[in-house]
Amino acid sequence: MTVVFSLHDVTLGYDRHPAVHHLTGSFATGSLTAVVGPNGSGKSTLLKGLIGHLPPLEGRLERNGLRHSDIAYLPQQAEIDRSFPISVIDTVLLGHWRTIGLFRSVTRPQWRKAEGALRAVGLDGFGRRPIASLSAGQFQRVLFARMLLQNCPVILLDEPFTAIDAKTSADLMRVVVGWHGEGRTVVAVLHDLDQVRGNFPDTLVMAREPVAWGATGEVLRAEHLFQARQMAEAWDDRAEVCRRGGG
Amino acid sequence: MDAHAVLIQPFVEFGFMRRALVACLALSVGSGPVGVLLVLRRMSLVGDALGHAVLPGAAIGFMIAGLSLVVMSLGGFIAGLVVATLSGVVARVTPQREDASFAAFYLISLALGVLIVSTHGSNVDLVHVLFGTILAVDDASLLLVVSIATLTLFTLAVIGRGLIVECFDPGFLRAVGGPGAVVHFVFLTLVVMNLVAGFHALGTLMAVGLMMLPAAVARFWAGEVATLAAASSAIAFASGYAGLLLSYHADLPSGPAIILVAGGVYMVSVVAGPRGSLWARFMPRQHLEA
Repeated sequence: MTVVFSLHDVTLGYDRHPAVHHLTGSFATGSLTAVVGPNGSGKSTLLKGLIGHLPPLEGRLERNGLRHSDIAYLPQQAEIDRSFPISVIDTVLLGHWRTIGLFRSVTRPQWRKAEGALRAVGLDGFGRRPIASLSAGQFQRVLFARMLLQNCPVILLDEPFTAIDAKTSADLMRVVVGWHGEGRTVVAVLHDLDQVRGNFPDTLVMAREPVAWGATGEVLRAEHLFQARQMAEAWDDRAEVCRRGGG
Repeated sequence: MDAHAVLIQPFVEFGFMRRALVACLALSVGSGPVGVLLVLRRMSLVGDALGHAVLPGAAIGFMIAGLSLVVMSLGGFIAGLVVATLSGVVARVTPQREDASFAAFYLISLALGVLIVSTHGSNVDLVHVLFGTILAVDDASLLLVVSIATLTLFTLAVIGRGLIVECFDPGFLRAVGGPGAVVHFVFLTLVVMNLVAGFHALGTLMAVGLMMLPAAVARFWAGEVATLAAASSAIAFASGYAGLLLSYHADLPSGPAIILVAGGVYMVSVVAGPRGSLWARFMPRQHLEA
C-alpha cells in the first residue's frame, strides 16, 4: 500500500497550544477519508498541516514526494471575497493555474474544459454571471468546478457541504465519489454523519487528540462520538509544557 | 462668451494649461486602474497613508537639492517604499493587520516630514510640497508623469491576474503556490510611483485624490474590473479637465479645484449612479419575472 501523507506523532497548533495533539497514522493513496469531530477539535488545523500552511510544532509529517501543485485545497469560505467583480467562468478558469500560472493565456481547449466542468457541477450557462449574483450553494458548485480543472491527485476539503442544501450537497458528493473512483486521495472535514456512513470508507474522529481512525463502520461508534464530545473547548492559558512524545 | 472660449480657448492660448491638461491625462491613465485595485483590495485608506508617507522623502530631497524634480521624486519614492515595506513586513510577521501597521508607519513618516520641512525650509516650500503646483508643471515633470503612467499600465498587464486572484481568493493563490507576496509588493510599488507622479501636480496632501475618488465613483457605474478601471480613468481625466477650467475662470487654486470636481462627481454618483446608489435603493424599479 502506498501512502500520500504519513504522520509520526504530529502536533499542530498556534502559540504553542496544540490543536492537533500527537497524531500518528497515514492516508493511503486513493483513500477517501472523512474527518469528523466537534468544533475546535483540530479538523481544519489538520488540513492546514497536510497542505503545509502550518508547520508541525512537533513530530514528522511526510508528503512522500507530493509537490505543492499536486494538492487541491478547499478552505472554509470565509477567505473568499464573494462581492468581488469577477465572472463565474474566470473563477473556474483559475483551476488551470498549474499550466497557465501568472502569465500564460488561456487556450480554447482549456476554455472548453472549464465549460465542461461547469456542466458537470450543474451550472451550464452560468459562465458570464458575476459570482456576486450566486447563492452559497451555486458558489460552492463553482469552487468544485475549479477543483475539477485543477486535476490534482490529492484533494483536501474543509467543510464543503456546510450551509448548503441537500440537493447541492448530494450533487457535489457525487463529484467527490467520482474523484475516489478515479483513484484520487480525498480528505474531507464533515459534520453530517449519515453522509459519512453512506460514502466514506475511512473516518478519523478528532477531539484535539485523535479519538479513532480506521474503517468508518468500526470508527463511528457511540463511545467514540461520546468521547469526542467530552473534549474541553477552551485551551488552558496556564497549561504545562507537554512531556509526551520526544519533547 | 461662447462655448469655445470657455472650454477650449484657455488650452489653446496658454502652454501651462496644455501641460497641466496632459499631466492630468497621464495621471488619470495610471492612477485610474491602481485606485480601482486599491478599492477592491479594501485598501482605500492605505493609498491615503502612502500619499502622506511620501512627504519626508520629498522634503529631504528638497533639502539636499532644492526644488529638483528628480531628487524630490526619488526621495518621495524611497520614503513611500520604506513605509510600504515596513508595514507589509509587520503585517505578515506579527498578528497586527496591515491597516494598523500602515497607520503607524505613515504617521511616523508624516511627522518626520513636517519636522524636516519646518526646521529646514520656508513656509513657501511647505506649501509647495503639501499642495503641489499643477500649473507649474514643466517638461521634465511631464515626462516623469507620462513615464510612470506607461510603466504602470505595462506592469498591471503583467501582474494583473495575480493581483486579482490575490485580492479575490488569497487562500487559493497560497494553495497553488502563487507568488502572492511578490505581487502585493509590486502593486504597492506602483501605488507609491503614482503618488509620486501625483504629488508634483497636486501635492502630497491631495495626490491620492485623483487616485481614490474616481475609483470610488466607478463602483457606482461599472461592474467588472476592466470597465471599472476604464471608468475610473475617464472620470479622473474629466475631473482634471473641468477642475483646470474652474481654476482658470474662477481664479482658484488648481489642485483643490480638480479634487473638488471629482468629489462633486462622487456625490452625484452616490445619489444617482446606476449601480447601488441611493436612487437605486429608494426608487426601486418593478421586480422581474425570474
